[in-house]
Amino acid sequence: MTHTAFVLASYGVSIAVLVALVGWILIDQRTQRLALQELETRGIRRRSEARTDNAS
Amino acid sequence: MSDAASKAGRWVDLANPTRFINFAGIVLPWLVGITLLVLAAGLWMSFQAPDDYQQGSTVKIMFIHVPFAWLSMMCYTVMSISAIGTLVWRHPLADVSAKAAAPIGAAFTALALITGSLWGKPMWGTWWVWDARLTSVFVLFLMYLGIIALTRAMDDPAKSSKATAILTLVGFINIPIIKFSVDWWNTLHQPASVIRMGGPTIHPSLLWPLLVMAVGFTLLFFTLHIMAMRNEIWRRRVVAMRRIAARSAERRGVSS
Repeated sequence: MTHTAFVLASYGVSIAVLVALVGWILIDQRTQRLALQELETRGIRRRSEARTDNAS
Repeated sequence: MSDAASKAGRWVDLANPTRFINFAGIVLPWLVGITLLVLAAGLWMSFQAPDDYQQGSTVKIMFIHVPFAWLSMMCYTVMSISAIGTLVWRHPLADVSAKAAAPIGAAFTALALITGSLWGKPMWGTWWVWDARLTSVFVLFLMYLGIIALTRAMDDPAKSSKATAILTLVGFINIPIIKFSVDWWNTLHQPASVIRMGGPTIHPSLLWPLLVMAVGFTLLFFTLHIMAMRNEIWRRRVVAMRRIAARSAERRGVSS
């Protein structure tokens, strides 16, 4: 009684879904990092950062 | 006493988004390493484990199905605690936590349903039955989809956070229903066999790989959750900074 195909399908689907999830999080991370860098190089500061700059 | 108080103070400090990002930067490399090690050990133990005398090789599906099912409920519990944080303390990081966890929870719930189905076909002779356990987990999956849609329906997180928190807490009623569905109703799904009165009913040769896999996937959840939370904080900063940029550009346009 072997059900190897069902076992392989379970592990295959799980790996595919988890790789997609991790990939999506990593792509999102890259997108946000690049956007922040771009804004910072344009000299844009958040209000909280601007406040600390003024205080110093 | 003062030691405990200072420890509590450190945890409260984490609720500050900037401190959280620093914390994530330090913790994530370690978490990723430990997660990979535990999952690798769990996979190795799973493949070394003997076949079950009734389930045959399909017992290997249990080593991933049970952790996925456990995480589908734990993730929703994390989101419900976050929802209380949003409603009681109105803390923005609580909403960040809930929003970041929802897609991860949906993925684990989908995997619990798919792997359960792939186990059910050879063992029960059917892919799916509308019994209490399977139906309540399917409802949990739909709850996740609803929460994902709601958190992304409005541009301003301040508007969606309260509605999301209330929906999440209302949906929490489903968690005890899922947990006890196998005791309350006559279901095809087997009752609890790990965490139960009188100890586990599983042979140690199969119980150990299952526990190591459960720890590994729990670590994976927290790794992904911290990464997704950091992404969400950055996303909100980008939106806030773009608004500042647009406003200052507008002012320059008016003055010229």
